[in-house]
Amino acid sequence: MGEQSPVLEMTGIRKVFPGVVALDGVDFRMFPGEVHALMGENGAGKSTLIKTLTGVYEIDGGEIRLGGVPVRISGPLQAQQAGVSTVYQEVNLCTNLSVAENIFIGREPRRFGKIQWGRMRRRAAELLARLDLDLDVSAPLSSYSLAIQQMVAIARAVDVEARVLILDEPTSSLDASEVEQLFRVMRQLKESGVAILFVSHFLDQIYEVSDRLTVLRNGQLIGEHRVEELSQVQLVEKMIGKELAALEDVEDKAQRNRERAAEATPVVEARGLGRTGAIAPYDLTIHEGEVVGLAGLLGSGRTELARLLFGADKADHGELTVSGKPVNLRNPQVAMKKGIAFSSENRRTEGIIGDLTVRENIILALQAARGWTRPIPRKKQDEIVDKYIKALQIRPADPERPVRNLSGGNQQKVLLARWLITEPKLLIIDEPTRGIDVGAKAEIQRLVAELSDGGMAVLFVSAELEEVLRLSHKIGVLRDRRLIEELENTAGVDADRIMQTIASGATS
Amino acid sequence: MTTVDMTPVTEKGAPTNPRRRVYRPNAKYIPIIATLSLLMIMYSSGVANYENFGDPSVFVNLFRDNAVLLVVAVGMTFVILTGGIDLSVGAVISLTTVLTATLLKGGWPPLVVLPTVLALGALIGAGQGAVIHFFKVEPFIATLAGLFLARGTALTINQESIPIRDEMWKAISEYRIVLAEGVVTKPIAVVALLAVLIAAVTLAWTRFGRNVYAIGGNADSALLMGLPVGRTKIAVYTLSGFCAALGGVLFSINSTSGWALQGNGLELDAIAACVIGGVLLTGGSGYVWGTLLGVLVTGLIQTIINFQGDLNSAWTRIIVGVLLFAFIVLQRLVTRKAR
Repeated sequence: MGEQSPVLEMTGIRKVFPGVVALDGVDFRMFPGEVHALMGENGAGKSTLIKTLTGVYEIDGGEIRLGGVPVRISGPLQAQQAGVSTVYQEVNLCTNLSVAENIFIGREPRRFGKIQWGRMRRRAAELLARLDLDLDVSAPLSSYSLAIQQMVAIARAVDVEARVLILDEPTSSLDASEVEQLFRVMRQLKESGVAILFVSHFLDQIYEVSDRLTVLRNGQLIGEHRVEELSQVQLVEKMIGKELAALEDVEDKAQRNRERAAEATPVVEARGLGRTGAIAPYDLTIHEGEVVGLAGLLGSGRTELARLLFGADKADHGELTVSGKPVNLRNPQVAMKKGIAFSSENRRTEGIIGDLTVRENIILALQAARGWTRPIPRKKQDEIVDKYIKALQIRPADPERPVRNLSGGNQQKVLLARWLITEPKLLIIDEPTRGIDVGAKAEIQRLVAELSDGGMAVLFVSAELEEVLRLSHKIGVLRDRRLIEELENTAGVDADRIMQTIASGATS
Repeated sequence: MTTVDMTPVTEKGAPTNPRRRVYRPNAKYIPIIATLSLLMIMYSSGVANYENFGDPSVFVNLFRDNAVLLVVAVGMTFVILTGGIDLSVGAVISLTTVLTATLLKGGWPPLVVLPTVLALGALIGAGQGAVIHFFKVEPFIATLAGLFLARGTALTINQESIPIRDEMWKAISEYRIVLAEGVVTKPIAVVALLAVLIAAVTLAWTRFGRNVYAIGGNADSALLMGLPVGRTKIAVYTLSGFCAALGGVLFSINSTSGWALQGNGLELDAIAACVIGGVLLTGGSGYVWGTLLGVLVTGLIQTIINFQGDLNSAWTRIIVGVLLFAFIVLQRLVTRKAR
């Protein structure tokens, strides 16, 4: 690569939103033919920086130069014309149109104003062939998987004669082989001289494909490094601005509690609880102050198991006792009355109400539990909300900000806070750390450990085995919608042991 | 080099060769095929049950009798394809007929009146489109306001029916095109069919047409892909306003009069025709040929009821209502399968 001249130079970029400085004098540059990772926690300013580059936001200060020439990017179209193309996390194409059209719409080959469909399809097929994709270009995009749609989005972006290609978390919904395919395409583009800006929460992926990385924190530039000069641990420390020791601490605490938890009184006991087609009958006991982790592959029935305990789905056999009394969880309201809380994995669709403020979102469940005829006094609300904003370190610490303006990790914390203030006996958390960054992950883990210290029973569902191992006293392993094994999380239990159980399917 | 599995996900359990896909009608054609089948069944049962139903003039007259609805539904198709709705078209028709009749009565030359009223319709549409785009107003509300505005203006101008005595209007009204022995049609049917043809070409072969589909598919994506979303939306409502005004002109030619209560509720008939023709109300899917079929279906129901003789014409509404339900459920099923 050498020290050739950068294709993109952003200097002193400043962006202010009402009440927050999102970007504070950030410098950022990219060279032709490199993959450049933009790193930072949620809320560090990554998305804002990208949006200033794609013309979604206008900058309040600083300068953007493309190929040495100062430019003013006032909209997505202008960005494209200037050679900056973007593929967003959620595929932004029109799935009702054909593959070929999605690549060429707005730039269709025409003659006398009439679109030349044949030529368009041929060119689309050629372009996809360059990316090693063999698709039926006249089929609607909706007939292909998300991964293929993503590649089509990249094909579109590349064909706009892109000099800078921005890939904003392209891998978050892809499986391993699809990620490999994407990386192959990225390397190919890199060789043809395109500068690729890559954003991902997966550090391994960053290290596999990137040449250089820039770290942001709280809207400020922390540093630009060549990937090989910085270890993963150093990178994470730069991102969160503190030592990783905090994470280790969590593990010790969990260890300490293990003995104690086993002797506590059971909060819920499921006997032969099951639902046809969703989860086979299972026995599970969760004690006070105990964290029970659920491990298993995607679709193994983790969420289905948890939903029965909350009455989100109705069990069709077996029985359940809560605090020693048999209960029939007809619906979530009944479960909530019994002191069971469920923080769902789809925070966007099932939990967070984006237009309400942080305070309103937090207070929601408690108010519902009290009934709407007895409003919680405003002063009391402020007190509770302040306490949890501090305890969970929700940032920005402004209770009156609409939740949709918060980053993913902070939305997750708001959702947790909502359930915590109802002081549940059993807290079910489904994938609390998905799609959030390392720092926020550690904080949520720390919080779970603290809650169990305080006597709360926790059912912790996560796709990440390490997380489950770190936090749980007991681990339930699922496979094919069946709880196949229950393990005490003792010193001998590690990820390999669990993977073996999942693989063999045997109950030992 | 690895290859990824590129089998379209809709093919459940089919062989995994991506190139050789077994023929089956594309999901987006299912509603239009259903409408076409329905039309053919209705027509043949009409022929079987009633004397003279098979006469070609019965079918040809469908175009004459439904010319206004067809033109309006063509404009509506564009609007619905973007995911919008235009409730003002019936009122724009009445305003156009009243204005046309009044201006002609006042001695304006017909060749000035025609472009004036057409431009006015387009302008009303453009105004609604601008309100929808710039102020982010729901199309339902914006065009509902347009409906009241246009209808109110028409009633202010004149509440009575105004006869048209202009020579040109009368000449066009009385002109007959002989298609075959005993089969004649009127110029308004030709205009309506031309409108369908132009619309079909525009939707399939121009950037504007494809942008309409893209916006209906996902307006946010369309914006991020750099498509002129605002411009297209305004253009679509302008077009719908223009089509409504053209429909009004055809109305005034057909009846050689203008009346402020003309075209009452026609917007709903047009929407129904689009839906029966397979245009998805959520936008992004459907064809103007489908709309044509939808109009013919509603027209044929009326014809059958006329032939039956002992049925109240209110039955047309009831049957159209039943069909609407059926087709909306069909669309639901088709789109759910495509997910």
